[in-house]
Amino acid sequence: MSVLVFAETSEGKFKKSAFEVTSYGKKVAEQLGTNVVVLAINSSDPTLLYTYGAEKVLNVLNDSLKTFNVKIFANIIKQAAEKENSQVVILDSASNSLYLGPNVAVNLNAGYVTNVVALPSSTSPLTVKRKTFSNKAFNNTILNTDIKVISLAKNSYGLIENEVSGSIEEFSPSLVESNLTSERIEQTTGKVTIADADIVVSGGRGLKGPENWGMIEELAEILGAASACSKPVSDLGWRPHSEHVGQTGKPVASNLYIAIGISGAIQHLAGVNSSKVKVVINTDPEAPFFKAADYGIVGDAFEVVPKLIEKLKEFKANNA
Amino acid sequence: MKILVCISHVPDTTSKINFTENDSKFDSNGVQFVINPYDEFALTRAMWFKEKQGATVTVVNVGNVSTEPTLRKALAIGADNAIRVNTEATDGLAVAKELAEVVKNGGYNLVLAGKESIDYNGGMVPGMLAALLDFSFVNACIGLEIDGDKATISREIDGGKEILTSNLPLIIAGQKGLVEEKDLRIPNMRGIMMARKKPLSIVEPVNNSPATSIASFEKQAAKSACKLVDNVDELISLLHNEAKVI
Repeated sequence: MSVLVFAETSEGKFKKSAFEVTSYGKKVAEQLGTNVVVLAINSSDPTLLYTYGAEKVLNVLNDSLKTFNVKIFANIIKQAAEKENSQVVILDSASNSLYLGPNVAVNLNAGYVTNVVALPSSTSPLTVKRKTFSNKAFNNTILNTDIKVISLAKNSYGLIENEVSGSIEEFSPSLVESNLTSERIEQTTGKVTIADADIVVSGGRGLKGPENWGMIEELAEILGAASACSKPVSDLGWRPHSEHVGQTGKPVASNLYIAIGISGAIQHLAGVNSSKVKVVINTDPEAPFFKAADYGIVGDAFEVVPKLIEKLKEFKANNA
Repeated sequence: MKILVCISHVPDTTSKINFTENDSKFDSNGVQFVINPYDEFALTRAMWFKEKQGATVTVVNVGNVSTEPTLRKALAIGADNAIRVNTEATDGLAVAKELAEVVKNGGYNLVLAGKESIDYNGGMVPGMLAALLDFSFVNACIGLEIDGDKATISREIDGGKEILTSNLPLIIAGQKGLVEEKDLRIPNMRGIMMARKKPLSIVEPVNNSPATSIASFEKQAAKSACKLVDNVDELISLLHNEAKVI
């Protein structure tokens, strides 16, 4: 018996969420009275996982796996789960893992739950709490199958250090055939992505035009944040669709979300509600975002943001 | 090309979410139901293939009779016919198994769905359906072109996009980008009249035992009031000392 965690890598490096799922998997294994095994594909330094409690790491080194393929990767996870006799398989919520989950579940005949936000509240039957109704509610879901697959929501458990002296095992799974071919990847380089960002700075229609985005980007840069925008802004073509956050855009689950000139339509809030701390800057004290935010400044973005940039520069200089 | 579009029947985004029967069931009282917004992107792309490439478009829902107005709306938007699998949609895997039967029996070679429903947010049915049928599958799809038997698909990835190719059959889970929001269609009167005469067939389920079940629901805890601050110094101090996020 074991708990299997899939730790996603990007160009050999673990994503932050890989450490989060390892931390989580270690604790679930403790609850079940078993061990955690972490599967990594082409990791350049699998020992990094020891810090988060990985007792055993299966590292697959294979150049033909440098390109992601859903069917091939899902089958590798299946082979690892069978080899380790895993009762629970844990994935993160990065785009590749969400793509893999359904395939892994079907091929292991497993029940599958996504958006999980906490440790199992019961191990028999295994019961987990998950977000539902676009972050407006939770449900407690029971998994009735022998094998269970869980996708942990981003930033819901955190990184928990739990140093162990682990071991690494080379693992050479067989590779299945796939009809799907990756032709190319177009990466937006040099910028913090919304999916990975700890802080997101987002602008709305209150900024009046695309020419005013300089201060949003400057603020984001000082904070090491990703920049984002509301739906009307991307619809108006002021900013690219890839920056649109909200219900039909990208979900945000950052530690800090700063909304500038965004009124807070219900669709927007549904997409950003999972952020831990929300700040709103808006001229209209009646804007619905003030009801959802933790901190707010009623004021004109064109006055508040430049001051915030200036003071944050001082703050960063003093706290460096 | 025979296209199947999977339609979820979901509460409108602005609905108040309440639970009933000791927090064990969603309270649909007074709730307006709509086509799942992600599925609308899929349906709109299907209409484009129908109009430009002569595809036939069937819409399908797994649900009880109360979902039929949502299927009629999809017919009013332009789908040719509809299928309702007559069972409660309880669990992603059970729904995927019902849909797999529909795909096998109907010989569809392209299945379009939304990447998740805005009610249960499972995000698993299209991928499970593909795994059950061993069809190619692309999640978070933001672009789809079909030329004969060959599909070119764009998928959103963290920080960019990936371009993929595959032969049909293919299943995609779509989102905004598959079509633009401005291209979404509102049914017109003629469409609504025609939809009444279009075939909506009811098929009995194969009835799988669900892999998961919901024990209870909880609403989001009431949030403490927003702290209004007067100046940026105070804000920075609160974010640093109280919230500890900077």
